[in-house]
Formats: sequence, C-alpha cells, structure tokens
Amino acid sequence: MGRYLLYRLFQATLVVLGAMVIVFMMLQLVPGDPVQVLFGDAPVPKEQVEAVRHQLGLDLPLGQQFVRYVRQTLRGDLGRSLKTNRPIVTDLRRVVPYTASLAVTALVLAVAGGIVFGIVSAVRHNTWLDNAVTTVALAGISLPTYWTGLLFIWAFSIKFNWFPITGQGTVRHLILPAVTLGWYAGAILTRLVRSGMLEVLRQDYVRTAQAKGLATRTVLVQHALRNALIPVITVASIQLGTMLGGAVVVETVFARDGVGRMLVNGILQKDFPAVQGAVLLVAIAYSVTNLIADVSYGFIDPRIRYT
Amino acid sequence: MARRRPSRLTVLRRLSPGGKVSLLIFVLLCVPLAVPQRLAPYDPTAISYNEIFQAPSGGHWLGTDQYGRDILSRLIHGTRVSMSLGLVSVSLSLALSLPLGIAAGFYRGTFETVVMRLLDVLMAFPGILLALIVVAILGPGLANAMVAVGIGEAPAYTRVVRSAVLTIRENLFVESARAVGAGDGRTLWRHVLPNVLQPIIVISTVGFAVAIIIGSSLGFLGLGAQPPTAEWGTMVSEGRTYLRSRWWISTFPGATIGVAVISLNVLGDALRDVLDPRLRR
Repeated sequence: MGRYLLYRLFQATLVVLGAMVIVFMMLQLVPGDPVQVLFGDAPVPKEQVEAVRHQLGLDLPLGQQFVRYVRQTLRGDLGRSLKTNRPIVTDLRRVVPYTASLAVTALVLAVAGGIVFGIVSAVRHNTWLDNAVTTVALAGISLPTYWTGLLFIWAFSIKFNWFPITGQGTVRHLILPAVTLGWYAGAILTRLVRSGMLEVLRQDYVRTAQAKGLATRTVLVQHALRNALIPVITVASIQLGTMLGGAVVVETVFARDGVGRMLVNGILQKDFPAVQGAVLLVAIAYSVTNLIADVSYGFIDPRIRYT
Repeated sequence: MARRRPSRLTVLRRLSPGGKVSLLIFVLLCVPLAVPQRLAPYDPTAISYNEIFQAPSGGHWLGTDQYGRDILSRLIHGTRVSMSLGLVSVSLSLALSLPLGIAAGFYRGTFETVVMRLLDVLMAFPGILLALIVVAILGPGLANAMVAVGIGEAPAYTRVVRSAVLTIRENLFVESARAVGAGDGRTLWRHVLPNVLQPIIVISTVGFAVAIIIGSSLGFLGLGAQPPTAEWGTMVSEGRTYLRSRWWISTFPGATIGVAVISLNVLGDALRDVLDPRLRR
C-alpha cells in the first residue's frame, strides 16, 4: 500500500508539472509578442516594452523562463493581475472559499441524492418511481448547466421568491447553485448506485438472506448496499474534480464570486496572469482529488494496487 | 474472432425505438445546416424596434427579442451554427485522436508511453477547462471555439481509440494478415481501421453531445460565437436579463439544446447496444 501511494504521488507530481508547462506556455502560444499581448491595445513606447520584457524575464530562453516560473510558483508568487495590479494569490485566496463551498455542497447533495434515489429506484424497479428517477437522471446528464441554472432561478428565485437570485455569502445563496452544479454528478451516481443495486439484488446470497427470514431492509443495508457502494467513492471523487470545471458556468449564471468567474473574466479582459493562476489552481485541485480517488479505491480493492 | 460488421441498413433496423426517434431528431436538426435561409421566415439579425418583446404569436411563432428579431429565425440559424460547431469540433477531435490512438495502440513501446503521459497531463484539466485555455490563447470567436472544443475533447477520444486498437490487434485476423505478408499499412487500413469504426461511431455520437454542451457554454459565457450571430448558448445568455417577463427568449434555445443533447445521448446508447454490447458499462 505504501509503495502504491508513493508511486501515485510521484505520478501526480509529474502530471502537475506537465500542467504547469501548459499553463506557462499559454502566454507564449498567443500569436504575436507576449509582452505586447500583456499590454493589450494601449500604444506603448518601445523602451517600456523592452523594460517590461526584461523585468518579466521574457527575454530569457524558454527553458530558463519555465524554471523561473516554477520557482516563483513554488514561492507562492503567481504574478499580478494586469487589470487591478493585485497579486493573483490574494485574489485567489479571496475567491477559493466560495468555489470550494459550492463544490463541496454540490458533491454532498449529489452523493446523498445519488445513493437515496439509486436505492429507491432499484428497489422499486420498473415502477413509475423508477422511471421518474431515470428520466430526471437523464435530464441531469444531458441538459447544459447554464440552462438548468436559469430554470432554477426562474422557478425558485423569481416565481416563488424562495432564494436570492445572485451573489454569495449565506446558505440560502448556496442552495440553488449547489443543486445546479450537483445535478450532473447526482445523475451519474444515481445511475451507478441503481445498476449496482440491481446487480446485487439479483444475486443468490440476497435470496438466501431473505429466505432465512431477514427483513428486506436488513438485507438491503447489510448485503446489497455495501457492494453497490464501492465504486461510488471513486466516481464521487472524480466528479468533484469535474465540478471544479462546471463551477465556471454556474458561478457565471448565479453571479457568484469564485475561481471560475475569475477565470472567465480574466479571459474576457485578457488578464493573462489571472487566467493562468486560476487554471493552475483548478488543475492542481483536480489532480489532488484524482489522487485521493485512486488511493481510496486501492484501499478498498487490493487487486489494483499491484498492476 | 472478429464479428462480421453489420451493414448500415441492419444497424438502422436494429436500433431501439428510442434510438430511431433520436436519429430522426438528429437528422431534423441537421436540416438547417443546408438551407437555413429558406426555412427561416425572417432575417435573424434584422432589428425592428417597433416589434420588440413580442410574445409568441401568429406573426412570430416563438416571439421576438429585445431588438425585435424573430426568435424562430434566430433559432433556425442558431441551429446551423451550433450543429456545425459540433460537427467541426468532433471532426477535429477525430482527426487528432485517430492517428495518435491507433499508432499508440498498434505500435506500443515508447511512443505509446509518451502519448499516454501526455494524455494524463491534458486530462488534468477537467471538462470545459481545456477549451477555455485554448480560447484564452486564441481569443473569443466561433471558429476559435470550434478549435477549442475539438482540442479539448481529443484526449478522451484518443484513450478510447487506443484501447479499442489494443483489443483489435490481439485478434487472430491481424496475426494472419501479417503471416501472409501484409505490411503494417495494409494491416492498419484493411483490418484495424474498419473494426475501430464501431466504437468510434459510438463515442462520436456522445462526443457530439458533449461538443454541443461545451460549445454552447462557451457561447453563453461570451467566449464563442459573437453577437449578432445567433447561437444556442448566446441566445440563452441574451435572454437572461428578461427571464422574469419575457421567458421565451431564453427558453426556446435552451429547450432545443436539451432536446439535441438528450437525443444524441439516447442515440449513442442505442448505437452501442447494436454495434458493441461489450461496451455497456
């Protein structure tokens, strides 16, 4: 187990390093001179361009620039915003809690909903309840998040006035965005739990338990559920990562502050350091959640540790 | 042993009823690709200030927006834009992933390891993020969005292609071909490629749905098609401010996206059941 953990840690570090290469290359890949790109449309005297070029180290060979970038990042320096001149790390530190709370809440809702509806729909297989759950799950997987977000806003914020339309800060601000964000993962988990339960419920040992006289509920919880839940942990961890990407849209729809919104605004305003910082943060967070998912799965299923 | 590939007609016949309906819907959605001008009753960009904010009615079946533009016409033209976005990006993903995936799966060795490590890095960026990175580099715009989505989804396709090739190359007929003296090129072209087509068709269908979602999300964020171009995502975004009273501006394009994506997902499932039940998770 220790060896597997070490190996996965090493692999994750390499992946993060690779992600840093991509993030670093973003500015270089923009057509044109990187320094000019940073200045945008403003006409700038040549000396200033050259001065900034030297200050940012953009006159160094690419390899050296990358090393410089890694060093700075490890020191916690992600540069300054082109628009506000605030350090990117400060901005990130301010918005990360909003995104984190959104993603975690969405995940909790998705896991809870997925387990509950998956079980219910499996136990009531082929009834209207099963069909209803399956349809809602299909909708969750298929409908784009920005549209479901707007639908929720229209229904619950405008028509019923239960929740605030935009913003962040209280639990009431959190609910609609979390449900919107979590619907997709919840749908996937519902399908997963449902098919897992259906599979297990068909097994002989379940019939034996029932024949022994155990109440259905005991049978469900003690035998069926355990097996059906195994992949849920892994899938849920992966979905947490996916939600980090989906948060981009949800934050925009609900006008919530967050890493995603910072990213989109950064792109729209051509604020490259902000975009790079936000992207890197999400990539690292995603790698960490994947690592946790893999390790937890290795913990549960010893077979895969040795591949 | 390789299965005999069902002919195209057989595939169509064997589709589930849901699959057939979905295929029909998909074909319907492709119609505006060809002749949007003849279908749309009005010019999608024609501003008409005395007709603004009309609810759905006889003259404007789906109503008008804040500039007096006919929603139905915008929806038809927008269908063309969004469907072509899906088409182009899926084609780009395939163009990138087929050579890489087949080469990696067929030749194995160092090349495969390098490709797989590269894919690991690319897949460290979840969902829409890769597309956003490309848009950050190239700038907003419809063409850039097509490229962004194509590149963003390519790693997932490559993985599927490679694992399909890994399975195929173990088949007896590949070995037989080589034994008879067929070179790599011929083996790849005549034996590997046709059998890779089946899983590719399945993932392309679902991939088309994903491309539509990501592409329209980019449009919604203002990073894809730019005004006044009509596109599903941008139309939904434009109608946001008027949700309270003029619900029709956002709802119809949103519903269209939903229908398109659901039918593509159902079609993908149905195709998979016909072509390769082994893929069923």
